[in-house]
Amino acid sequence: MDNPTTHGLEEELRACKQKIQNLLRENEQLEMEMQQMKDPKNSLSSNLIPNECERSMSGEVNSENRYSRLMALQKMGVVSDYTRIIQCSVVIIGIGGIGIVAAEMLSRCGIGELILIDHDSVELANMNRMFYRPEHSGMTKVEAAKQSLTIINSDVKVSGFNLDVTNLDNYDIILSLIQSDTPSRQRLVLCCVDNFSARMSINQLCLEARVPWLESGLSENAVSGHIQFIVPGVTACFACAPPLVVATGLEASLKKEGVCVASLPTTSAIIAGLLVQNALKYILRFGKCTEVLAYNSIQDFFSSYCLKPNPKCSFKLCLQRQEEVIKNSENCMSNNIFLPQQDESIQLEEVSKDNEWNIEVVEEVADEMRENETEVCELKDLTNEELNELLKIS
Amino acid sequence: MATSTSKVWDKQLVGSAPVMTINASPRDEKWPARLKEEYTSLIQYISKNKENGNDWFKIESDKEGKKWIGKCWHTQNYTKYEFSFEFSIPSAYPNSAPEILIPELEGKTAKMYKGGKICLTDHFYPLWARNTPKYGISHLLIFGLSPWIAVEIPDLLEKGLISK
Repeated sequence: MDNPTTHGLEEELRACKQKIQNLLRENEQLEMEMQQMKDPKNSLSSNLIPNECERSMSGEVNSENRYSRLMALQKMGVVSDYTRIIQCSVVIIGIGGIGIVAAEMLSRCGIGELILIDHDSVELANMNRMFYRPEHSGMTKVEAAKQSLTIINSDVKVSGFNLDVTNLDNYDIILSLIQSDTPSRQRLVLCCVDNFSARMSINQLCLEARVPWLESGLSENAVSGHIQFIVPGVTACFACAPPLVVATGLEASLKKEGVCVASLPTTSAIIAGLLVQNALKYILRFGKCTEVLAYNSIQDFFSSYCLKPNPKCSFKLCLQRQEEVIKNSENCMSNNIFLPQQDESIQLEEVSKDNEWNIEVVEEVADEMRENETEVCELKDLTNEELNELLKIS
Repeated sequence: MATSTSKVWDKQLVGSAPVMTINASPRDEKWPARLKEEYTSLIQYISKNKENGNDWFKIESDKEGKKWIGKCWHTQNYTKYEFSFEFSIPSAYPNSAPEILIPELEGKTAKMYKGGKICLTDHFYPLWARNTPKYGISHLLIFGLSPWIAVEIPDLLEKGLISK
């Protein structure tokens, strides 16, 4: 066995890294403030700290005004107040093929704040998708993103965190990033990760923070994708109808050659576009947000449907949020502006009786457990520490 | 569909490692109780394996049961090949399964993600999702790690990518 002390050290190291991240953020903020004090001219146009200085957007039609085409949305009657976007912080978790394109779109739209979370680095294998350049190779994605996004629109406050969202040690720091610090600032989370485990972690985080989020994904063969708008307690959470439960074919899949998934710049950008379009509809309160929208490029087929929360969801927090929504359906975030198609009260539907996928409880185990009962009794009396020791020598 | 064969296989194997009854992550109050079930299941599974002469791994955790390290082995042509593996409990556990790492094999097989994470996407995660929260660490090893080793190691040996 490896030396157990290395474990302790690793943990310390991780805690230390987290502190460094926090300090770096603070440092960044202070540096920005200092720069503004030194150079008041500069502070008018760039790197504003949205909490302290209000940014403005002019609707003046002039070639030097970067927001003129966006403010025109107001004049056209699409949105009532475009400047609402300044009051919004968007957290993007995963800045790969979809996430980084979404980040660029939101930057160009003049979003108030972008918080980027990813723990990967840029490599040449990413060049088949948009945004990153060969010269970014080797940089962390958050660093490369921050650098380029600031050039594209320096009005937007961009912060990046090189963190793995599934790691328990990072849970609290990511929760604090997701939770709104000021009630007036709107928060939205975009999930642009490439694996199931990260989606489940984001589900947990957003349920806990009561923050709405948009999930997105691409199929392994790069020809289809989907987005899903999740409002804790109001819509199905990611675990209410988990996609993996309907997957079949166990043994054969192991023999598949290689695990490298395919990707296309087109599908990634299309999904990013659908994702940000719905984020904008939510932030700027126009149109109707979609709950689930799936895109299949082979037939150019779009399907759109609603998913109601599952009263037997395996996430306890989801059940709590469902209760909260039923209790005060008027003043919580089931705000029907965002989801007009959503019923006011969530009806607990009868459990479906058909079982197309043969999902069942493995009953046989009970007999085996009874057989082992005597042994279990002995183990029951031990503490977890003793059990771990026993496991070591097993 | 492959379900019928896989179902029989699941049931035979799962019988030797008791399933969990407590649904808790390390952030829950009930985690110590869940952890106790995890340890108990593993100890019973290992002792069954030893009885049947197919002991194939060793494992231990840190104090809180958040990080796990172990060794697993594969025997072929009278030679035993041993590998160290490790994993952490993810924040959405047990809704999502841990990702097992075998860092020493990184770069040797395509069936691995960055950092030495073995690929569990197709053969294991759907099974886990269907059985959460009953499945625990012992089932992760039985249905996740064990088939991966059984398929990958002979292949790596054949390609000469690993030696004694």
